[in-house]
Amino acid sequence: MKVFIPTPLRSYTGGRSDVEAAGTTLAEVMADLDRRYPGIRFRMVDEQDAIRRHIRVWVNKDEARRLDVPVKESDEVIIFQALSGG
Amino acid sequence: MNAARKPQSRSAKPAKSATGTVALLVATRKGAFIYRSDKARRAWRVAGPMFFGHIVHHLVLDPRPGPKGGRTMLAAASTGHLGPTMFRSTDLGRSWKEAAKPPAFPKAREGQRARAVHHNFWITPGHASEPGTWYVGTSPQGLFRSTDDGVTWTSVAGFNDHPMYEKWTGGEQDGTPSGPMLHSINVDPRDPRHLYLGMSSGGVFESLDAGASWRPLNQGMLADFLPEKYPEYGHDSHCLRQHPAAPDVLYQQTHCGLYRLDRPGTVWQRIGDNLPKSVGDVGFPVVLHPRDAGTAWVFPMDGSTVWPRTSPGGKPAAYATRNGGRTWKRQDAGLPKSQGWFTVKRQAMSTDAHDPVGVYFGTTGGEIWASRDEGAKWSCIVRHLPEIYAVEAVELPR
Repeated sequence: MKVFIPTPLRSYTGGRSDVEAAGTTLAEVMADLDRRYPGIRFRMVDEQDAIRRHIRVWVNKDEARRLDVPVKESDEVIIFQALSGG
Repeated sequence: MNAARKPQSRSAKPAKSATGTVALLVATRKGAFIYRSDKARRAWRVAGPMFFGHIVHHLVLDPRPGPKGGRTMLAAASTGHLGPTMFRSTDLGRSWKEAAKPPAFPKAREGQRARAVHHNFWITPGHASEPGTWYVGTSPQGLFRSTDDGVTWTSVAGFNDHPMYEKWTGGEQDGTPSGPMLHSINVDPRDPRHLYLGMSSGGVFESLDAGASWRPLNQGMLADFLPEKYPEYGHDSHCLRQHPAAPDVLYQQTHCGLYRLDRPGTVWQRIGDNLPKSVGDVGFPVVLHPRDAGTAWVFPMDGSTVWPRTSPGGKPAAYATRNGGRTWKRQDAGLPKSQGWFTVKRQAMSTDAHDPVGVYFGTTGGEIWASRDEGAKWSCIVRHLPEIYAVEAVELPR
């Protein structure tokens, strides 16, 4: 499926904003992203498998707060950084 | 309770004074910079910013030469949005590669508090006899070790999973505004198994078995923010330094005062009482002379009322002792005489190994000040940086 990568994470994807990843849950998609782009998962998901506080993940138009959300091949996963900082 | 004698201690390998180029490794809230001096330490040339926009808490060069003669540099970095990680360079910061496995707590067991590293805060190279070994302290408080030169990191279970961990470290409300942190990891130059660390909050802890077991080392230290003023643990240690040439001598700046401990003693002596009462003995950093165990520098800050944490009265000054804390001399030549509201964080002051020793500090206002004569005279060598978190003075390989 198509995954949108925000600018702070594009150093892992060679600058690409749209990449492909596979899986039947968001957890599997994250794991596949990490296989393709080593290190990217830990910047988004902590060691307790929680999506980090300032990372927002949508599956199509629904925000996902957990990694056990089911996904299918036709879905689009959109990753954003929250509006925060200074 | 004033210490009355100059420290005399079983020494480690005597240090020679340096003569080469000094580099200042500067970590800021928006990236890292390296300033290289000429041999006279008068002119400075900048490289950077590196990790532009990243929050860099510490940048450290390995004092131990690697197998091919090069030396590894590690950086603790995160951003406002992304999780924490470590970067390593084997070409003095020209190129960087991310750690394959950054520090991370073990997965929480049922009923256990789920801990996640918020940021990597403090980096310490391991013992000279253990090339490739490094330690990192994190927020919330965690101790991590790498034995492959910073590529992969593992949790030091003897501390992070200690049955007393929750009590020793307290809750989130016990930490600093930036979160509770483990810092000041000191490896005894005589014994790689002998470790000290400091925590905000928690206090000082010691291990004699390479981190497998730990015990508090806080006797005699005030914790005036707790109901029990001299508890076994729970203190707010700001900076702990073990003298490299006289490793039985420890200096410590805490939230409540300035202390020295001469091992094998276990009771801290408050040497800050000998600072002027109008200045007080609260601050973040304490730094040491590389060869003289009686000489140390601090940078006092205002800990009154709501804790401005700026130079008392807007008159910044370092204070130096030459006799282990018995007396202190104000060092403010070249610094602003008034309206100088400096804050110098615990990692943002450092000394080089030259003779006379160079002393350096960075401010949260983005300035670096340097003295080539052990604090007698200061000059501002860098302005307009982001908020400075850490300054490490190192000698570069020839």
